[in-house]
Amino acid sequence: MSRKTLTRRQFVAATAMSSAALITAPYVRGAYAAGKLSIGFWDHWVPNANDASTAMVKAWGEKEKVEVSIDYITSNNNKIQLTVAAEAQAKSGHDILQMPTWWPHAYAENLEPVNDVMEPLIKQNGEVNGTVKYLGQAGGKWLAVPAIPGSQIKGPCSRIDLMKKHAGIDVQEMYPAGAPAKADNWTLETFLKAAEACHKGGVPFGIGLGETTDSVDTAGAIFQSFGAELVNAKGDVTVKTDAVRQALEYYKKLIAFLPPDAPSWDDASNNKWLISGRGAMILNPPSAWAVARRDAPQIAEQCWTHGMPSGPKGRFAPYLPYFWGLWSFSKNKEAAKSLLAYLSQPSSIEKFVAASGGYDLPAYANMTTLKTWAEEGPPKGTLYHYPNPNNHQTLSIAASPAPPKIAQQIYFQATLTKMALRYAQGEKMEATLAWAEGECEGFMRS
Amino acid sequence: MADVVVEQGQTVRAARARKPTSLRNVLGRKSTVAFFLTLPLILLIALLVLYPAVYSVHLATLNKSMQKFVGFGNFLFLFKRDTFWMVVKQSCIFAVTAVFFKALIGFIVAHFVHNIPAKGQRKWRGMLLVPWVIPPAMSTLAWLWLFDPSYSAFNYTLSFFGIGPINWLGDNLWARFSVILVNIWYGAPFFMIMYLAALKSVPDQLYEAAAIDGANWWQKIWYVTLPMMRNIIAITALFSLIVTFANFDIVRILTSGGPLDQTHIFATWAFKVGIEGSDIPLGASVSLFMVPILAIAAIFILRDVSKRGNEA
Repeated sequence: MSRKTLTRRQFVAATAMSSAALITAPYVRGAYAAGKLSIGFWDHWVPNANDASTAMVKAWGEKEKVEVSIDYITSNNNKIQLTVAAEAQAKSGHDILQMPTWWPHAYAENLEPVNDVMEPLIKQNGEVNGTVKYLGQAGGKWLAVPAIPGSQIKGPCSRIDLMKKHAGIDVQEMYPAGAPAKADNWTLETFLKAAEACHKGGVPFGIGLGETTDSVDTAGAIFQSFGAELVNAKGDVTVKTDAVRQALEYYKKLIAFLPPDAPSWDDASNNKWLISGRGAMILNPPSAWAVARRDAPQIAEQCWTHGMPSGPKGRFAPYLPYFWGLWSFSKNKEAAKSLLAYLSQPSSIEKFVAASGGYDLPAYANMTTLKTWAEEGPPKGTLYHYPNPNNHQTLSIAASPAPPKIAQQIYFQATLTKMALRYAQGEKMEATLAWAEGECEGFMRS
Repeated sequence: MADVVVEQGQTVRAARARKPTSLRNVLGRKSTVAFFLTLPLILLIALLVLYPAVYSVHLATLNKSMQKFVGFGNFLFLFKRDTFWMVVKQSCIFAVTAVFFKALIGFIVAHFVHNIPAKGQRKWRGMLLVPWVIPPAMSTLAWLWLFDPSYSAFNYTLSFFGIGPINWLGDNLWARFSVILVNIWYGAPFFMIMYLAALKSVPDQLYEAAAIDGANWWQKIWYVTLPMMRNIIAITALFSLIVTFANFDIVRILTSGGPLDQTHIFATWAFKVGIEGSDIPLGASVSLFMVPILAIAAIFILRDVSKRGNEA
């Protein structure tokens, strides 16, 4: 068996030929020449809503020659939050990951700034609301892009018939479809009287007092209507103020008219309350109405989504935005930014909103009057006021304006609902305030 | 002992014969072979048990943003929090009460099953094990519906007797009762099966001798059954105590720690603080708080068990 040896001359010649071939070869653009992109989207409640996201991302991938893969991650039992925490720890995972409310700030160090995406989008789609800026920006940098899927307002969804019968309030007249709200008299006092009347009528308002987001969001909006802040924007504890006392007094009166088991409610309880026909109002995005449309159509056709009542310091609606975050360890940031811009175009926004039956809310001022909200029903126009089309109320999140990392603790420890419940159960006002002050001081750690 | 002698003999003979290398000696030993055979398991344990444990200790020593080493700072912070001490108290109430009743119910039911004729015993054993073999996340969901705040099947049934409605998960005391009840329901079959096995190993002659001496049923239990079952009782109680202290799913599904944090235990509060509050180091510290206490308890109980084993 002969063994051929490679001479030095042959080696040099072969290397030179290979190099020349590589340099002069024509550039062939493959099907996925622009690389790969991995995306983790929130798994939508609304059936088939994920299909719209998949179709849009696929169309973009084919156009841009990027190989995309999507995972839909549920928020049930905080799976999406766990994924965010795990990927931030591992510095590996998806390129783009959808994250709820407080997470852009919580993992700000691991996120790629997206000012270059957001600035053109704001010019094109209009200004974003204050809560989106509060949650999505840090030190002038955009940490993430406000996502359309999942973003929601948890305003009142009232039973037209029961509110008329027991409280003498015509919610359709107050919030007419296709026209600005005529809700000057829709105040927290009116709300309390209506709660009392409906309670007497055997159909109490379904407002939870638990530790999950629906309960906390309602408390947040009511506290803000009184100007009550536990921690101010500078990070000072401001629990022992008249505004907080007023909010607690109000809540105590309201709790007397809520279902006795409200302290154990979770985010599904209020939906069940409305769909079963046991209550005249809940505070929730239109998912409860959407399920009622399928399972209890006679109740769905009596539902009307509208604005919050106003308090001494204004009219605040609970608002929960989702964000699309781009990890700083992503290997294809340019493609990711291009996709985020594409998903925030008006045509994409329209598709997201239509696919979710009006549940999803864009954060941009020019995008709150899409035809889906005007046309969805029955009854037709039930969602017209859901996206706050006339800027009738301030979209806010509980525990703001505290610095987001502190506010997140107040929010998830449900300090507001716990305070309301403690006081309503007979604890002295000063004891409740002292407890809350101690809790807030504990949330200051960095 | 014989192995060692043979091994040493072989080594000596081999050394005389052809002066093998020391590596050959090492590889030739039975203990080395045994080590290599167990190496995959050691690696698996190191990867899945040791690494996460060490990593969680490391996390517990970092500040909130995980950029600075703070030593025991997180623990010192926790010691100053009222809510933390409330969680410690509740975890102890939860674990001790649940383990006590699981052991008591398991002991009683094991006696009933033991006294059933052998022919029908298998069916009963199978049925009684059902709560333990259903994944707790699933069975707790069924309990959640039974306790449901607004549509409770229990309240519906009790209403026929003019009782209720009971606020199962909304009232502080009832909520604690409910989470402990579900834990007992889930864990009692484990005690039952362990105690049943122990009962079957007690020689009948001991009971016969006790009967001849005129012992009544209580004296038989106190002087024969319990001493013979001491080791198994100690081990099952220890094992269950550790698992119950670390429980998460039952409380998470039923109450999420509410109302007013009155049902939070270590794992649920650690999740609340660590994952929902994005303070992973503090969450890790909450989770690790019980480790030294349980480790000391385990050492004492297991030492006692082995001492009794040696005496036997």
